[in-house]
Amino acid sequence: MFEEYLNLAVKAIFIENMALTFFLGMCSFLAVSKKVETAVGLGLAVIFVLTVTVPANNLIQTHLLNEGALAWISPEFAGVDLTFLNLLCFIGTIAAMVQLVEMTTDRFFPALHATLGIFLPLIAVNCAILGGSLFMVERDYDFGESVVFGLGNGIGWFLAVVALASIRERLRYSNVPHGLRGLGMTFVITGLMAFGFMAFGGIQL
Amino acid sequence: MAVKKSEAALDPLFNNNPIALQVLGICSALAVTTKMETSVVMCAAVIGVLTVSNLTISILRHQIPNSIRIIVQLTVIASLVIVTDQILKAYVFEISKQLSVFVGLIITNCIIMGRAEAFAMQNPPSLAILDGIGNGIGYSAILMVTAVLRELFGSGKLYGYSILPTVSEGGWYLPNGLMLLSPAAFFIIGGLIWALRVYKPAQVEMDG
Repeated sequence: MFEEYLNLAVKAIFIENMALTFFLGMCSFLAVSKKVETAVGLGLAVIFVLTVTVPANNLIQTHLLNEGALAWISPEFAGVDLTFLNLLCFIGTIAAMVQLVEMTTDRFFPALHATLGIFLPLIAVNCAILGGSLFMVERDYDFGESVVFGLGNGIGWFLAVVALASIRERLRYSNVPHGLRGLGMTFVITGLMAFGFMAFGGIQL
Repeated sequence: MAVKKSEAALDPLFNNNPIALQVLGICSALAVTTKMETSVVMCAAVIGVLTVSNLTISILRHQIPNSIRIIVQLTVIASLVIVTDQILKAYVFEISKQLSVFVGLIITNCIIMGRAEAFAMQNPPSLAILDGIGNGIGYSAILMVTAVLRELFGSGKLYGYSILPTVSEGGWYLPNGLMLLSPAAFFIIGGLIWALRVYKPAQVEMDG
């Protein structure tokens, strides 16, 4: 049991890293990786939101949307299949959760809120979050697995964004060709990092 | 705000390209470009959703309360994406299987949110449609170039037809497997951005 979860976590963090193998959450990944501090803040927020939303969406999927899932209300609903609504429900959960995180940090951790400020609403449209929920559905994870999967994905994304930010900070002293500065160079570095992460590819636990 | 119609439609192609300059919609651009077939379907889906969502949000722009606008925008976009997803499943099931979660991820494709927020909320419907089409095509242009390069050099084919006969099929071309892997997409788009900025030096970022 425990080994299974560990295996899933390692897979989510390294082997199938959200940012570097599936290219999810790229927009904020590239946009906030200029400074390590902001990258850490956003990374933490992503870990939190993913860990909450993936299991929450798992519950919605299994108890409300799957075919026959509504049978607990009354047997008449046993034939109802609402899976086509999952996109709408998931994005609703995510938007609500992000709003909640924003209000909580604003109330209890004003300093953190001031640093993260504009990035928090951005998480709602971070594809890594919605992608996490969609992969969870596609691979049929149960509740326990989806908690581990959400957490693992969050940590993987966090590691990738902090690593990229650190590299970009060092890069400021390098002589990059003019046209390649900024976005172009970031793409190339991310490509090289994806190479590095591919080394984890063959690992079986 | 006086935006000319021609500008709304043509600017996103080179001057203000959604991928190369606005840094929007990159996730899907990288993931679906191993084959031209999937990219064509993806581009069509994005252009469609972007145009209709821009139009809808622009029509509703005076009715949407500012404090809940993000949720309203997301709802409009999510509904459109569900329709697109169902259409794809009905008519091109094979490709829709290959695109897997990426059709759903059009919702969080920042191009659509970004244009709704930045353009459609302030401009009348006619301009918003043009802006949607323009940005959709700007996005598609980068996507198609990447897909052509990756499919041609990665498997010697274009749109499923053999162009360079590969060694395994008795030809001379040894496919470059790297092109089919994720890092290649980054290198190609990085290179495209470089090329675009050499052509339009005004876009160069001096501080990065």
